[in-house]
Amino acid sequence: MKTAVATIEHPRTEAPNPDIARSPLHMLKIAKYVVYDILRNRFVLAYLLFLLVVSMSFFNLENDPVKGMISLLNIILIVLPLVSIVFATIHLYNSYEFMELLLAQPLRRSDIFLGEYLGLASSLCIAFCVGVGIPVFVFDGSMRGITLVVGGVLLTLIFVSLAFLSAVLSRDKARGIGIALLLWFFCAILYDGIVLMSMFAFSDYPLEKAVIGLAFLNPIDLTRIAMLLQLDVAALMGYTGALFQHFFGSIWGVGLSLTAMFAWIAGPLWVAARIFRRKDI
Amino acid sequence: MLQLQQVNKTFGKLEVLKGIDVCFERGQSVAIIGPNGSGKTTLIKSILGMVVPESGVILFQQQPVGDDARYRRDIGYMPQIGRYPDNMQIGQLFDMMRDLRNGAGERIDEELIEAYRLPDIFHKSMRTLSGGTRQKVSAALAFLFSPPVMILDEPTAGLDPLSAEILKSKIQQEKQRNKLFLITSHIMSDLEELATDVVYLVEGRLEFFKPLETLKAETGEEKLGKAIAKLMAGNN
Repeated sequence: MKTAVATIEHPRTEAPNPDIARSPLHMLKIAKYVVYDILRNRFVLAYLLFLLVVSMSFFNLENDPVKGMISLLNIILIVLPLVSIVFATIHLYNSYEFMELLLAQPLRRSDIFLGEYLGLASSLCIAFCVGVGIPVFVFDGSMRGITLVVGGVLLTLIFVSLAFLSAVLSRDKARGIGIALLLWFFCAILYDGIVLMSMFAFSDYPLEKAVIGLAFLNPIDLTRIAMLLQLDVAALMGYTGALFQHFFGSIWGVGLSLTAMFAWIAGPLWVAARIFRRKDI
Repeated sequence: MLQLQQVNKTFGKLEVLKGIDVCFERGQSVAIIGPNGSGKTTLIKSILGMVVPESGVILFQQQPVGDDARYRRDIGYMPQIGRYPDNMQIGQLFDMMRDLRNGAGERIDEELIEAYRLPDIFHKSMRTLSGGTRQKVSAALAFLFSPPVMILDEPTAGLDPLSAEILKSKIQQEKQRNKLFLITSHIMSDLEELATDVVYLVEGRLEFFKPLETLKAETGEEKLGKAIAKLMAGNN
């Protein structure tokens, strides 16, 4: 072994370039290129236009902005998670070339992965804020509007995070998209059915507190409840509604709901990043 | 400068690398030879950290290769099949790579970009490129930051004769700068021109690692191709 040769290193290695070590900068740069790529593919633009057309038409059809907002809420709670999770999953699979390219460079895997997340999530959030946020603030700039926009942004972040988890769970694109669709189906449709059935089955027992607990297990439900309370329709929901109002209306309840939403963003993303760290590209 | 100790890698049940132990030094130009599926690309990808070995250590300049990605600054990699974002133009690709390296103190080497006349097609998007043009882009990217270690996976496959000659003379020229080259190829005449040492892999095991001259002397063959053919036949 020519160890003498090995110790004559390249000058760059003796004085490591501090810029290379600074990772948040890399993450942002990668996110920037992800956004460029998404802008070129025009899907997000179509999504933005779709949201814009839907929100404008709902507000124009209904004289009462509150009614318009309820209709809009129902669309958003179904469409937004679906678009976010499916688009993000497909995009991540299609970015393997890009990530392969980056992995040969002096970039950390976690920066590449989080850069992808940041780029993807911010493009979808911007599309939502323009497509829904602007009409909402034009027609109804109250606390209701703010809740809807904040809820939508958080839901986008959550479902992109879940998309990243489903995409790293399987190497096979079709299976990954399948997992993503299942997650969406569970959160958007199945979960409510299960909750309703269990409420019906155990209707002899006081279930209100349990129902509040169950809401935390589904980010879509959390958003719906937060929104309905702003719309004052909780009064129509009887005792449970009153209890919801009491719990979710308090600072304590709002804080806890926000914490749960952030846990829904961070949890899946953290697991996904851990899997990605040891993945073979 | 680059050392592998007992590196093992399996894909499911398939053992792709079995206890690889080897040490490469600067100034060497190593041909990695082996039948298809013998683990050449997996070996390269584990050095680059794209494939994570089950066990074993890979040391780059005495530092274990791991989460710290900085060592890859010193490696130029030309993949077997260069895959790039479809919507990106060639020019944008080069700009992005420079931006991501934010190359303070890096010596930029654009010789191949010029030699392959890539600036003329900078506006073309990666999706529209032929396999050969992609190879040219990959080669130009690998040499761009003039790193001390170059890893080339089937560099001349898919290149037209003229472009292959340009690449080979570039490799010859860079060899003079006391760099380490790892080259896989099935084109023995190319390796004969370029290599100083030969690694021979069979089914994930390192059969031998010896200087080209020694190998020729041992087999009594003048040509590397013949020598390897003799060894392969011997194994069967």
